[in-house]
Amino acid sequence: MIRQQHMTVVSQQEIAHRIFELTVEGDLVNDMMAPGQFVHIRVADSYEPLLRRPISVASYDKEKRQFTMIYRAEGRGTNLLAEKRPGDGLDVLGPLGNGFPVEEAAKKAYLIGGGIGVPPLYELSKALNGRGIETVHILGFESKSAVFYEAKFKELGDTHIATVDGSHGTEGFVTHILNELPKDFDAYFSCGPTAMLEAVQWAYPEKKGFLSYEQRMGCGIGACFACVCRTTKSETDYIKVCSDGPVFRAGVVIS
Amino acid sequence: MTNLAIKLPGLELKNPIMPASGCFGFGKEYAKLYDLSQLGAIMIKATTVEMRLGNPTPRVAETASGMLNAIGLQNPGLEGVMGSELTWLEQFDVPIIANVAGTTTEDYVEVAKQISTSPNVHALEINISCPNVKQGGITFGTDPDVARELTQAVKAVSSVPVYIKLSPNVTNIVSIAKAVEEGGADGITMINTLLGMRLDPKTGRPVIANITGGLSGPAIKPVALRMVYEVSRQTDLPIIGMGGVADVDDAIDFLSAGASAVAVGTANFVNPFVCPEIIEKLPERLHELGFGSAEELIGRSHRL
Repeated sequence: MIRQQHMTVVSQQEIAHRIFELTVEGDLVNDMMAPGQFVHIRVADSYEPLLRRPISVASYDKEKRQFTMIYRAEGRGTNLLAEKRPGDGLDVLGPLGNGFPVEEAAKKAYLIGGGIGVPPLYELSKALNGRGIETVHILGFESKSAVFYEAKFKELGDTHIATVDGSHGTEGFVTHILNELPKDFDAYFSCGPTAMLEAVQWAYPEKKGFLSYEQRMGCGIGACFACVCRTTKSETDYIKVCSDGPVFRAGVVIS
Repeated sequence: MTNLAIKLPGLELKNPIMPASGCFGFGKEYAKLYDLSQLGAIMIKATTVEMRLGNPTPRVAETASGMLNAIGLQNPGLEGVMGSELTWLEQFDVPIIANVAGTTTEDYVEVAKQISTSPNVHALEINISCPNVKQGGITFGTDPDVARELTQAVKAVSSVPVYIKLSPNVTNIVSIAKAVEEGGADGITMINTLLGMRLDPKTGRPVIANITGGLSGPAIKPVALRMVYEVSRQTDLPIIGMGGVADVDDAIDFLSAGASAVAVGTANFVNPFVCPEIIEKLPERLHELGFGSAEELIGRSHRL
């Protein structure tokens, strides 16, 4: 069920350059169904900025009634969000969208993330490991200062890091790492920039894959038709990233 | 007991609050959040003869206290809307106002004729003001003679009362309102979005793929209010007012300016529960202001 709730900020910290980890508490967490879902945040009580900000869920804990988001403070909205302190209220609409289908992985899964697309893979990796599935994480960032959660992913499985400027891990993109790794997995899950999702799809045409897309959103619940993409099904078929996704099987979305 | 009911041509509204066309889809998403029967009416997303896929993305951009959109009338077409969306909406005790769009007079006539026969469609809203399609839409809403003729053509075939949705992108909105009144319109809905644009400061390129988009949200409320005030003073047609309504006091303002009912648009995206919240707060607010009914408030500003 989708709820709109005033949640309470538990903690907020900058974990990499302009990358913030924000944990909030409230009953809305009970409705979270799968890793890869997102929430729609209203950062101000005023009309400025007006629209909500879609932010993915990095992890959730139903017992504690808490969930954690990781976001980059780069615009008016997320810069205001970065000012929230423990005890502050936060207007959250969610959980929204359909997450990653963890049941589709049988033995071994590749989790491929880029930049601010990395966070939802953390809860996903925990869920897959909980089902006894081996996870390998291939994560790309701009530079060393933007890298986060490397140790946390390492606790869950093999973790490979790429940075565009080569300041940490492999120099280049996640695809440079993928080229060196065996194809001994049965499913892959990916979240990140559209160009990265495209490259990952091309790398594994024969594998079962699930991709989480990003698109500029309005309402976040499927009513405004802002975040549509066409599909490979037919000329007239389309999906809404917010409510039909954001996770889709590889080969479906034309981006 | 404060009386919220409003009677308009074709419409017996439980209360004067309804979601605006294009901001509520065909109701399915919001039906998961609350009972749609609470609403005064529902203005469904624009319907065209054939299915439309709309404009390329990005289709929306945030602006100061508002947003731009250029969705481009994406909809499943007349057959899809009548066969599936309207039938599904029959489960709710709420009158539907069907928004009719097209690129030619024949398109409007075709959709109006057929969609007005749906049992739950109690009125039509003729969209002569969409700024985001290359042909039709706004071109019908900026010339009084063209607007009058289209109104006559639609009136001749519709089985239900016809409301014309006016564009604010004109020099004299009263002249358009008077023209559609002469054409036989039963009412007016106003305003549609204001044409605007936003640029990316780094590249200088328009943020919206369509280059321009329609501005909505609290930013446009003063413009909308002024236009409702002017049109309500100079025509006898009932008005469903809209433009930046986000809370109960905004609704009070539009009724006071001369609207008989109020539509809520962009605010549904910010707070999906905004319509039932305004409906819930309205009786108390009316009571505080010393009014026994919503109807008493209509056009209050003219009497001062």
